[in-house]
Amino acid sequence: MKRSNQPIYWSLFGAGGMLAALIGPALVFITGIAAPAGVLPGLMSYPNALAFARNGIGKLFLFLVVSLFLWHAAHRIFHSLHDLGVHGGTLTKLLCYGPALAGTVAATVALLALGF
Amino acid sequence: MSSEASRRRGYIRSMDGWWRRDPFFVRYMAREATALLVVAYAVVLLVGLIRLAQGEAAYNAWLDALSTPWSLALHALLLVVFVYHTWSWFLIMPKTMPLMFVEGGKVPAAVITGAGLVVAAVCCLALVVAVKLFAP
Repeated sequence: MKRSNQPIYWSLFGAGGMLAALIGPALVFITGIAAPAGVLPGLMSYPNALAFARNGIGKLFLFLVVSLFLWHAAHRIFHSLHDLGVHGGTLTKLLCYGPALAGTVAATVALLALGF
Repeated sequence: MSSEASRRRGYIRSMDGWWRRDPFFVRYMAREATALLVVAYAVVLLVGLIRLAQGEAAYNAWLDALSTPWSLALHALLLVVFVYHTWSWFLIMPKTMPLMFVEGGKVPAAVITGAGLVVAAVCCLALVVAVKLFAP
Protein backbone atom coordinates (compact mmCIF):
# COMPACT_ATOMS: atom_id res chain seq x y z
CA MET A 1 0.00 0.00 0.00
CA LYS A 2 1.21 3.46 -0.87
CA ARG A 3 2.02 5.47 2.19
CA SER A 4 -0.01 8.62 2.74
CA ASN A 5 1.85 11.94 2.81
CA GLN A 6 -0.96 13.55 4.83
CA PRO A 7 0.77 13.24 8.23
CA ILE A 8 3.54 15.56 6.98
CA TYR A 9 1.09 18.33 6.06
CA TRP A 10 -0.84 17.86 9.27
CA SER A 11 2.26 18.05 11.45
CA LEU A 12 3.45 21.19 9.69
CA PHE A 13 -0.05 22.62 10.20
CA GLY A 14 0.03 21.71 13.87
CA ALA A 15 3.56 22.98 14.48
CA GLY A 16 2.88 26.30 12.74
CA GLY A 17 -0.46 26.71 14.46
CA MET A 18 1.07 26.01 17.86
CA LEU A 19 3.97 28.40 17.25
CA ALA A 20 1.56 31.12 16.09
CA ALA A 21 -0.73 30.50 19.07
CA LEU A 22 2.12 30.69 21.58
CA ILE A 23 4.11 33.69 20.33
CA GLY A 24 2.22 35.10 17.32
CA PRO A 25 0.53 38.00 19.14
CA ALA A 26 3.81 39.06 20.80
CA LEU A 27 5.70 38.83 17.50
CA VAL A 28 3.17 40.97 15.66
CA PHE A 29 3.19 43.48 18.49
CA ILE A 30 7.00 43.70 18.58
CA THR A 31 7.81 43.77 14.85
CA GLY A 32 4.70 45.50 13.55
CA ILE A 33 3.67 47.93 16.25
CA ALA A 34 6.15 48.54 19.09
CA ALA A 35 9.34 48.73 17.01
CA PRO A 36 7.96 50.84 14.10
CA ALA A 37 6.05 53.16 16.46
CA GLY A 38 9.24 53.87 18.40
CA VAL A 39 8.28 52.12 21.66
CA LEU A 40 11.38 49.97 21.20
CA PRO A 41 13.67 52.38 19.35
CA GLY A 42 16.48 50.86 17.34
CA LEU A 43 15.34 47.33 18.10
CA MET A 44 15.06 46.34 14.46
CA SER A 45 17.85 48.56 13.18
CA TYR A 46 20.01 47.17 10.36
CA PRO A 47 22.94 46.15 12.63
CA ASN A 48 20.59 44.48 15.12
CA ALA A 49 18.61 42.63 12.48
CA LEU A 50 21.80 41.53 10.74
CA ALA A 51 23.33 40.24 13.98
CA PHE A 52 20.12 38.38 14.82
CA ALA A 53 19.88 36.79 11.37
CA ARG A 54 23.56 35.74 11.51
CA ASN A 55 23.24 34.15 14.91
CA GLY A 56 22.50 30.40 14.75
CA ILE A 57 19.52 30.56 17.07
CA GLY A 58 18.19 33.74 15.46
CA LYS A 59 18.51 32.15 12.03
CA LEU A 60 16.65 29.02 13.12
CA PHE A 61 13.96 31.13 14.78
CA LEU A 62 13.39 33.26 11.67
CA PHE A 63 13.31 30.16 9.45
CA LEU A 64 10.81 28.37 11.68
CA VAL A 65 8.50 31.36 12.05
CA VAL A 66 8.33 32.18 8.34
CA SER A 67 8.14 28.61 7.00
CA LEU A 68 5.87 27.08 9.64
CA PHE A 69 3.42 30.02 9.48
CA LEU A 70 3.27 29.54 5.69
CA TRP A 71 2.72 25.76 5.86
CA HIS A 72 0.17 26.11 8.64
CA ALA A 73 -1.86 28.63 6.66
CA ALA A 74 -1.52 26.73 3.36
CA HIS A 75 -2.94 23.57 4.91
CA ARG A 76 -5.77 25.41 6.60
CA ILE A 77 -6.71 27.28 3.42
CA PHE A 78 -6.58 24.04 1.41
CA HIS A 79 -9.07 22.37 3.75
CA SER A 80 -11.33 25.43 4.01
CA LEU A 81 -11.57 25.64 0.24
CA HIS A 82 -13.20 22.20 0.37
CA ASP A 83 -15.80 23.61 2.76
CA LEU A 84 -16.45 26.44 0.31
CA GLY A 85 -17.08 23.98 -2.50
CA VAL A 86 -13.65 24.07 -4.13
CA HIS A 87 -12.65 20.45 -4.00
CA GLY A 88 -9.02 19.58 -3.76
CA GLY A 89 -7.45 18.41 -6.94
CA THR A 90 -3.82 18.59 -7.93
CA LEU A 91 -4.20 22.22 -9.04
CA THR A 92 -5.76 23.35 -5.74
CA LYS A 93 -3.02 21.53 -3.84
CA LEU A 94 -0.37 23.17 -6.00
CA LEU A 95 -1.87 26.64 -5.48
CA CYS A 96 -2.01 26.17 -1.70
CA TYR A 97 1.21 24.35 -0.92
CA GLY A 98 3.24 25.78 -3.81
CA PRO A 99 3.56 29.29 -2.33
CA ALA A 100 4.44 27.79 1.07
CA LEU A 101 7.23 25.81 -0.55
CA ALA A 102 8.39 28.85 -2.54
CA GLY A 103 8.41 30.98 0.62
CA THR A 104 10.37 28.33 2.50
CA VAL A 105 12.95 28.20 -0.30
CA ALA A 106 13.15 32.02 -0.43
CA ALA A 107 13.65 32.23 3.35
CA THR A 108 16.36 29.56 3.18
CA VAL A 109 18.19 31.37 0.36
CA ALA A 110 17.98 34.74 2.16
CA LEU A 111 19.16 33.28 5.49
CA LEU A 112 22.07 31.47 3.86
CA ALA A 113 23.01 34.58 1.85
CA LEU A 114 23.14 36.56 5.12
CA GLY A 115 26.01 34.38 6.27
CA PHE A 116 26.96 33.17 9.72
CA MET B 1 -38.98 0.28 -12.28
CA SER B 2 -39.54 2.26 -15.43
CA SER B 3 -36.64 4.13 -16.95
CA GLU B 4 -38.71 7.28 -16.45
CA ALA B 5 -38.60 6.86 -12.66
CA SER B 6 -34.89 6.12 -12.48
CA ARG B 7 -34.08 9.23 -14.47
CA ARG B 8 -35.77 11.65 -12.14
CA ARG B 9 -33.55 13.88 -10.13
CA GLY B 10 -34.66 14.61 -6.61
CA TYR B 11 -34.44 17.91 -4.85
CA ILE B 12 -30.88 18.68 -3.81
CA ARG B 13 -30.57 21.31 -1.14
CA SER B 14 -28.08 24.01 -2.05
CA MET B 15 -24.97 24.18 0.10
CA ASP B 16 -24.25 27.81 -0.78
CA GLY B 17 -23.50 29.83 2.33
CA TRP B 18 -24.05 26.77 4.55
CA TRP B 19 -21.78 28.17 7.22
CA ARG B 20 -23.87 31.33 7.62
CA ARG B 21 -26.83 29.28 8.87
CA ASP B 22 -25.39 28.55 12.29
CA PRO B 23 -23.24 30.71 14.62
CA PHE B 24 -21.15 27.61 15.37
CA PHE B 25 -20.13 27.39 11.71
CA VAL B 26 -19.59 31.15 11.52
CA ARG B 27 -17.06 30.78 14.34
CA TYR B 28 -15.53 27.84 12.51
CA MET B 29 -15.09 29.93 9.37
CA ALA B 30 -13.70 32.87 11.34
CA ARG B 31 -11.15 30.47 12.81
CA GLU B 32 -10.21 29.15 9.39
CA ALA B 33 -10.01 32.68 7.94
CA THR B 34 -7.21 33.58 10.38
CA ALA B 35 -4.95 31.59 8.03
CA LEU B 36 -5.20 34.39 5.42
CA LEU B 37 -3.71 36.89 7.87
CA VAL B 38 -1.12 34.43 9.12
CA VAL B 39 0.06 34.28 5.50
CA ALA B 40 0.09 38.09 5.34
CA TYR B 41 2.32 38.32 8.40
CA ALA B 42 4.66 35.57 7.17
CA VAL B 43 5.00 37.45 3.87
CA VAL B 44 5.81 40.73 5.69
CA LEU B 45 8.57 38.95 7.60
CA LEU B 46 9.81 37.10 4.51
CA VAL B 47 10.07 40.36 2.57
CA GLY B 48 12.02 41.82 5.50
CA LEU B 49 14.43 38.87 5.40
CA ILE B 50 14.97 39.24 1.67
CA ARG B 51 15.48 43.01 2.02
CA LEU B 52 17.95 42.38 4.85
CA ALA B 53 19.94 40.04 2.59
CA GLN B 54 19.94 42.76 -0.09
CA GLY B 55 21.73 45.26 2.12
CA GLU B 56 21.24 48.24 4.38
CA ALA B 57 19.41 50.56 1.97
CA ALA B 58 16.90 47.88 0.98
CA TYR B 59 16.34 46.91 4.60
CA ASN B 60 15.85 50.51 5.74
CA ALA B 61 13.24 51.00 2.99
CA TRP B 62 11.38 48.00 4.42
CA LEU B 63 11.64 49.50 7.92
CA ASP B 64 10.23 52.79 6.61
CA ALA B 65 7.34 50.91 5.02
CA LEU B 66 6.65 49.27 8.39
CA SER B 67 6.17 52.63 10.09
CA THR B 68 3.59 53.98 7.64
CA PRO B 69 0.04 54.38 8.99
CA TRP B 70 -1.14 51.68 6.55
CA SER B 71 1.33 49.21 7.96
CA LEU B 72 0.49 50.12 11.56
CA ALA B 73 -3.21 49.66 10.80
CA LEU B 74 -2.52 46.31 9.13
CA HIS B 75 -0.53 45.16 12.15
CA ALA B 76 -3.24 46.30 14.55
CA LEU B 77 -5.62 44.07 12.58
CA LEU B 78 -3.02 41.29 12.55
CA LEU B 79 -2.68 41.56 16.32
CA VAL B 80 -6.43 41.11 16.82
CA VAL B 81 -6.49 38.17 14.42
CA PHE B 82 -3.47 36.49 16.03
CA VAL B 83 -5.03 36.83 19.47
CA TYR B 84 -8.17 35.23 18.02
CA HIS B 85 -6.00 32.48 16.53
CA THR B 86 -4.49 31.79 19.97
CA TRP B 87 -7.91 31.81 21.61
CA SER B 88 -9.52 29.50 19.04
CA TRP B 89 -6.46 27.23 18.81
CA PHE B 90 -6.67 26.35 22.48
CA LEU B 91 -10.47 26.34 22.45
CA ILE B 92 -10.45 23.39 20.01
CA MET B 93 -7.35 21.84 21.56
CA PRO B 94 -9.37 19.39 23.70
CA LYS B 95 -10.85 18.00 20.47
CA THR B 96 -7.67 17.98 18.40
CA MET B 97 -5.26 16.41 20.87
CA PRO B 98 -5.18 12.77 22.02
CA LEU B 99 -7.33 12.05 25.05
CA MET B 100 -5.53 12.80 28.28
CA PHE B 101 -6.22 11.00 31.54
CA VAL B 102 -5.04 11.93 35.01
CA GLU B 103 -5.73 9.57 37.90
CA GLY B 104 -8.23 7.57 35.88
CA GLY B 105 -10.34 10.57 34.85
CA LYS B 106 -10.43 12.44 31.58
CA VAL B 107 -8.89 15.89 31.91
CA PRO B 108 -11.76 18.40 31.49
CA ALA B 109 -11.77 20.45 28.28
CA ALA B 110 -11.77 23.73 30.21
CA VAL B 111 -8.55 22.74 31.98
CA ILE B 112 -6.78 22.01 28.67
CA THR B 113 -8.00 25.29 27.10
CA GLY B 114 -7.16 27.28 30.21
CA ALA B 115 -3.68 25.78 30.52
CA GLY B 116 -2.98 26.48 26.85
CA LEU B 117 -4.06 30.10 27.16
CA VAL B 118 -1.95 30.60 30.29
CA VAL B 119 1.11 29.09 28.58
CA ALA B 120 0.54 31.31 25.53
CA ALA B 121 0.22 34.42 27.72
CA VAL B 122 3.44 33.52 29.55
CA CYS B 123 5.27 32.88 26.24
CA CYS B 124 4.12 36.21 24.79
CA LEU B 125 5.03 38.12 27.92
CA ALA B 126 8.43 36.38 28.12
CA LEU B 127 9.17 37.28 24.51
CA VAL B 128 8.31 40.96 25.02
CA VAL B 129 10.34 41.11 28.26
CA ALA B 130 13.30 39.31 26.65
CA VAL B 131 13.29 41.77 23.75
CA LYS B 132 13.11 44.69 26.18
CA LEU B 133 15.97 43.30 28.28
CA PHE B 134 18.35 42.17 25.56
CA ALA B 135 17.75 44.89 23.04
CA PRO B 136 20.36 47.65 23.27
